[in-house]
Amino acid sequence: MKSLRFIVPLAVFGLLVFFLFRGLSLDPKEVPSPLINKPAPQFALTRLDDASATVKRDDLLGKVWMLNVWASWCVACREEHPLLVEFSKNKALPIIGLNYKDQRPDGMGWLQQFGNPYDLSIFDQNGRVGIDFGVYGVPETFIIDKQGVIRMKHIGPLTPDVIANKIQPLLKELNA
Amino acid sequence: MRNCLPPVAQYRARLQWGRRLAWGGPALRRLATSLLIALAATTAWAKDAPLAADDPALEKHVMAIATELRCLVCQNQTIADSHADLAVDLRQQIRELLKKGSTDQQVLSYMTDRYGDFVLYRPPVKSTTWFLWFGPGVLLVAGLAGLILILRRRARMGDDRFEPDEPEAAEEQQEVRA
Repeated sequence: MKSLRFIVPLAVFGLLVFFLFRGLSLDPKEVPSPLINKPAPQFALTRLDDASATVKRDDLLGKVWMLNVWASWCVACREEHPLLVEFSKNKALPIIGLNYKDQRPDGMGWLQQFGNPYDLSIFDQNGRVGIDFGVYGVPETFIIDKQGVIRMKHIGPLTPDVIANKIQPLLKELNA
Repeated sequence: MRNCLPPVAQYRARLQWGRRLAWGGPALRRLATSLLIALAATTAWAKDAPLAADDPALEKHVMAIATELRCLVCQNQTIADSHADLAVDLRQQIRELLKKGSTDQQVLSYMTDRYGDFVLYRPPVKSTTWFLWFGPGVLLVAGLAGLILILRRRARMGDDRFEPDEPEAAEEQQEVRA
């Protein structure tokens, strides 16, 4: 009974420390996506550079590919861009840009100015496909497998760490 | 990236106006700024007004659902409150779904399918959220039980187990004993 007097407060304190410490490493901006391990939503959008060519989700079946959501008005995309351009040089996988809530001339100008890492960009002017993909903080990056299932989502600018420690191992696994 | 205000360009223009207007001291400037912020808020609402005029009942319904949903861009605002572009789009989406005859439940699941349970201000009760829902109640009951136990035990103790409250009382006790 006497020892309980010390153990109980200590246990409560320990629990509190655990939760607070856990809280330090959680980012409330990183909302877990319910779309992970679900089929990517269907879409049919025109290309950014060619309003007459349509790209559908099913055109990309059979390949592991990356969907990178970007916009010319998005400041953080500019931050991520050099890294993406660098990464695209490895030709590790097709990178499809989703030009989100943008204007065609603005988007094209942006790619001309900063370089184009995308195999192609699709043009989502009203952001409807963005909503289907649960996009809320551009830039966002999805990795989609051969069966068209979303395997990974990254919110915010890509970092060398994310590419090396999350994307590369995942690609190895998916292409195995 | 996370634009919680009306479009930046408009906002900047208003700020410049604010500077031009703010010839007075800091107090006047502050007043001008708050007025401008209020103005910014009202004009942003005004943008939505024509739609509301179309069908007030529908609009009320849209807003009722939108207050249940968290805006992921400005996480402490509801989709009804937020001026973020995404919130405007999602309100439009709710409007269209309702026009197509979706039920409230269908609209909410449309949102959670895409953004997860986190968008709901009232998360569902399920095994992963039990702690969230019942944790505070359990803590309260445990605290009250502990308090009652301690108080009971103390009530059974004799007076001599406690230190006297005031010096006079101590003297009195000593006198009684003497």
